[in-house]
Amino acid sequence: MGGEFTGPFVEMLLFIFMIGMALYIARMRSLFTAAMLFGIFSLLSAGMLTLMDAVDVAFTEAAVGAGISTVLFLGALGLTTSEEAPDSKHGWTALLIVTATGLLLAYAALDMPAYGDPNAPIQLHVAPHYLKDSEQEVGIPNVVTSVLASYRGYDTFGETTVVLTAAVGAILLLGGGVGRVGAGKGRDDEGGRRMSDTPIKMRVRETVILRVVGKALVPFILLFALYVQFHGDYGPGGGFQAGVIFAAGLILHALIFGLDALRRAIPQVVVEIGIAAGALIYGGVGVASMVLGGEFLHYGVFDRHNPAHGQHLGILLVEFGVGITVTFVMVAIFYAFAGRSRQ
Amino acid sequence: MTSLANQILSHWNYLAVITLMMIGLYIAISRGNLVKKVMGMSVFQTSVILLYVSMAKVTGGTAPILIEGRDDIIYSNPLPHVLMLTAIVVGVATTALGLALIVRINEAYGTVEEDEIVAMDRAEDERDLRSEDAS
Repeated sequence: MGGEFTGPFVEMLLFIFMIGMALYIARMRSLFTAAMLFGIFSLLSAGMLTLMDAVDVAFTEAAVGAGISTVLFLGALGLTTSEEAPDSKHGWTALLIVTATGLLLAYAALDMPAYGDPNAPIQLHVAPHYLKDSEQEVGIPNVVTSVLASYRGYDTFGETTVVLTAAVGAILLLGGGVGRVGAGKGRDDEGGRRMSDTPIKMRVRETVILRVVGKALVPFILLFALYVQFHGDYGPGGGFQAGVIFAAGLILHALIFGLDALRRAIPQVVVEIGIAAGALIYGGVGVASMVLGGEFLHYGVFDRHNPAHGQHLGILLVEFGVGITVTFVMVAIFYAFAGRSRQ
Repeated sequence: MTSLANQILSHWNYLAVITLMMIGLYIAISRGNLVKKVMGMSVFQTSVILLYVSMAKVTGGTAPILIEGRDDIIYSNPLPHVLMLTAIVVGVATTALGLALIVRINEAYGTVEEDEIVAMDRAEDERDLRSEDAS
């Protein structure tokens, strides 16, 4: 092979680790172990994404996969069961179906362009336009941010709405928790066990090292999230990443100091308003650009003399909206799971 | 034979992603535990994300953050990055929704094992039929 394949070797090794992790997840009967392995799996995939030049995606995956998903899975396990029932009978049929599907997909995949091929169709479509002209048209160096917030602003608005809808669904299914008449408070009195009050959690909260380190870490995590939010035009980052990191910092605080401590700082009402406010800011920027005579989400009209400045302002505002919605959506989902009592 | 080997090596990313995808699918369809199913679907989702991002990679390329005054740098394709970035956040939100449904199922049935839930539903249906016959 010679020097030809020196590049992908690290990627291949990471992939082998990931496959190993996935097999372990499949085998583990203890769901708690599987949830922790899933966190490792996500962190490995974040490494993989970095190697494939997708730094923005890696950022998101590291915060979401290794942070928030793991907390969500643990929350769900706390409310259901942490042990899987012995093997079901479908094992062999499933294996057969999966092998057949896999072989078919592999056969089809060999007709795809080779890995890293600069002349693959995907590289010749709109990508050259984004890479060549976005500096002129939008005026910010991070092409991912300019595509996300400007060229494909409609998409991102849609995704923000989907995230909002999911949070509304979770709140409707599990209840918003305390702060509402007769919702959370009454449940506590019935002697229901809340996830945040399990004996293990109590012991965690009494650990001095965790409390001290956590207290010192949380402000820096929040500060870092703000940096990621407002530096997203120049480096990797943006509203989605910042929102997830901000929420991860808040959730860490709740895990160490208790749910009620976070609830006192950020009441349910604030969270619910925040979810909608972010999406409203995004939509409002779109409407404002229409009022000024442009199309929906066409930021160029914000500065008639220099459209690139208008673009920059528009991107900053919609990213801010995305950041607010994502932060509060994650916190709302955490509240819904953590505030639910076990029956 | 060597041409096939070469082709497998140059398409390693697709094959690795498909392997991961199939493990995720296997977990989702073979396991009766609903939480485990969601984990399988999350593994599947991660592999789809890797599939898209691996297609965006250009050999010798770097992250698509422009450096002023340099024309000689090759950048990877930013478009799949944008699509997958939002997909991850939407994915965690929908996973949360799925887990919330599972929590409610657990509260209604007292179990999250598919077999037991189906058995309970069947028993209830039969009871309904019998009471209809009786009346």
